[in-house]
Amino acid sequence: MYGLSRRGLMKSGAAAGVLGLTGMPLRAATMGGKFTAGLSGANTSDSWDSRTHSDLFMIASAQGAVFDSLTEVAADGSLRGELAESWEATSDAKTWTFNLRSGVNFHNGKAFGADDVIESLQMHLGEESKSAAKPIVEAITEMKKLSETQVQFTLAAGNADFPYLMSDYHICIYPAGMIEEAIEKGIGTGLYSVVAFDPGVRMVAKRVADHYKGDTAGFFEEIEYIAINDNTARMNALMTGQVDAINRIDFKTEALLKANPALRIQEVTGNQHYIFPMLTDVAPFSDVNVRKALKYGINRQEMVDKILQGHGMVGNDSPIGPANQYFNADMEQLELDADKAKYYLGQAGLTSLDIDLSVSNAAFEGAVDGGQLYQASAANAGININVIQEPADGYWSNVWMKKPWCASYWSGRATEDWMFATAYEKGAPWNDSNWDHPHRQSLLIDARAELDSDKRRGQYYEMQQILRDEGGVILPMFANNVQAVNNRISSPETIGNLWQMDNARMAERWSVA
Amino acid sequence: MGNVLTIVLQRLAFGLITLLIVSMVIFIAVNLLPGDFAELILGQGATPEAVASIRHDLGLDQSLVTRYFGWLGGMLTGNLGTSFAQLNFQTNLGGGGGVTVAEQIAPRFANTMFLASVTAMIAVPIAVTLGILAALYRNTVFDRATNILTLSSISSPEFFMAYILILFLSVLNPILPSLSNIYDGMAFGERLEKTLLPALTLTLVVTAHMMRMTRAAIINLLASPYIEMARLKGMSPMRVIVKHALPNALAPIINVIALNLAYLVTGVVVVEVVFVYPGIGQLFVDSVKIRDIPVVQACCLIFAAAYILLNLTADILSTLSNPRLRHPK
Repeated sequence: MYGLSRRGLMKSGAAAGVLGLTGMPLRAATMGGKFTAGLSGANTSDSWDSRTHSDLFMIASAQGAVFDSLTEVAADGSLRGELAESWEATSDAKTWTFNLRSGVNFHNGKAFGADDVIESLQMHLGEESKSAAKPIVEAITEMKKLSETQVQFTLAAGNADFPYLMSDYHICIYPAGMIEEAIEKGIGTGLYSVVAFDPGVRMVAKRVADHYKGDTAGFFEEIEYIAINDNTARMNALMTGQVDAINRIDFKTEALLKANPALRIQEVTGNQHYIFPMLTDVAPFSDVNVRKALKYGINRQEMVDKILQGHGMVGNDSPIGPANQYFNADMEQLELDADKAKYYLGQAGLTSLDIDLSVSNAAFEGAVDGGQLYQASAANAGININVIQEPADGYWSNVWMKKPWCASYWSGRATEDWMFATAYEKGAPWNDSNWDHPHRQSLLIDARAELDSDKRRGQYYEMQQILRDEGGVILPMFANNVQAVNNRISSPETIGNLWQMDNARMAERWSVA
Repeated sequence: MGNVLTIVLQRLAFGLITLLIVSMVIFIAVNLLPGDFAELILGQGATPEAVASIRHDLGLDQSLVTRYFGWLGGMLTGNLGTSFAQLNFQTNLGGGGGVTVAEQIAPRFANTMFLASVTAMIAVPIAVTLGILAALYRNTVFDRATNILTLSSISSPEFFMAYILILFLSVLNPILPSLSNIYDGMAFGERLEKTLLPALTLTLVVTAHMMRMTRAAIINLLASPYIEMARLKGMSPMRVIVKHALPNALAPIINVIALNLAYLVTGVVVVEVVFVYPGIGQLFVDSVKIRDIPVVQACCLIFAAAYILLNLTADILSTLSNPRLRHPK
């Protein structure tokens, strides 16, 4: 764990001791006080429409404070109910019944019920819909209201992860019949109700008095999120005490923050990863031996050290990360090995290889440097990488998935199936390596409907192994989420690693120290 | 006075033509930028269908000429249009009213004007006073020191001055807040306090120009026979400058002040970003980032109009300050 100060270590050590002895919750959080955070990822185009959310500011404001979803991923990665109390599936994982919480009210007083769930999900459908959650909701063939507090979903194909998908930050629950008004004003069932919202500038919300989460969450009296997209300005705001917490620390100035005794740095390794995907249906990448040669031609540790400045974890060409349930940490680590790379080149019938790698810092910060490091390390194996720097504008439309080999990133997904279905399934729109592997594809389909956890683990381990051995994506590193908090604010020992800022739920989980 | 009115009308007409040309240049330049709103808003998630759907909704699939005249027509009827970002959400919602560009810009513009006024209130008196004093004590240590200080502050980039001020006034000596997140309904005193750091930064940037011009204009006049006469009458040097030299030096000084005021409206982009000041500059940066053309164009036009109007004001004021121009033979 990086960035833990001595003070922090003593604190956490002591706290862990207490926990071990008593088994009691770590702390009795103080209620009240104000929490101010300076967050990046804000835009003048922001709104309370969760279908359009894509960056931290709105995710933290909407799902993190004002709105609720059916389910929620806890800080330790487990799934728990939010607006749903419990759920059960038929043995084929095709029909899911959700029991909803009763006695929940929206901020305008309307009672929450089954209709709200159904209508909120239907928002994502329709030909015109640009919702990022459309593929998730489209898989539902029928939504049935069994009673005010029970909804039944029938899926086109079995999906054991369905409750996980319902925790997506795009799928917030709005009041039925007044969704437009709710989007305009921000009316949800969350812990905080909107006081002021100025897109791209700030969001202020106050604690709802009688909330169904009671005193177990939402400890602040008032929260204010200030949009600060500029790195330096964000850091200044924290250093001068104008805000209590900021996301995305600039690694270059991290030492300054560490030197400040009033602050602490939180660092978690999640699923966010940086990749070099190649189109596996285009020569020479269609030859598995070429792909293997490239896997041995990259120095992953050097990438972590130089591109992430140590704030990350070496990747093993599988997108399943430590924030996933079935993360296979025991696979043999791919290392830089010029002899092996040469051997596989030989297997492909080549003595040397000349290829183009298209990069831009739009893919991830440091992608251009990464390409050059790759070029240097692969040269020893007779692989000549020609690094082409592409313009940042239009990178995702003109380069990614168009050029045979490029740089890219994924923020990762909460479940294995979700990640694979997004970027590693045959026919998926973002399958950025045009990956088509019949055996793995059938494993993916089987695992999706498998409710037996042990069996699933085996299936996902095998899929990760296949990607490591044969996949068309070079995944050299997982990038950490690094954020800083003022010591005025206390945060739980376990910080969520699915998203920045404790899964964007700091308003719910943190409190005044 | 008829003469002045003609000048004003003439200049206004020229101003309108300039605005028209500027609008064309802006439109072409913004459209030359690689990437468009649809691609940028969708980012990595841009599938060809989604891009085409957004482009169609926003009319981005029409020709450049059609779009330009559509926009110009709206402009002339006082309709600045609706920002792409807002339009995009409307189609997502299936109709319903959105926030127009005018509504979006108005509060931001008010904030920028507030910042500009606070800065002008500080900078103009300081600059003119320093200029007069520098002229009075020319070639002394005071004159040299003022020149060096103001010239070095104008030569450094704004963000550098901003960080220097943050370092001294909010990190080392926490007197002023480094974050200028003002909002509607904030008490005036608090608003002023939050605006002070960016205003001081801008003051440092604009003072040198005005101060140097004041000094030069006055020194220039000090060699004239009527000043010699005043001096021979036995007037104090201060009185000679303020009473006799300054009124005749006003025209160039007013010109420079007007130019700098225009700069305060249009050149605040960097300062607003550094201090997270929710003015028009930050809106401009955000909109350029997502290629929200209606907002970018509206901002540019406001900037251009500010320049033209302030220059016009400067011309009129310097005409009025000159009796020879005021009463032509």
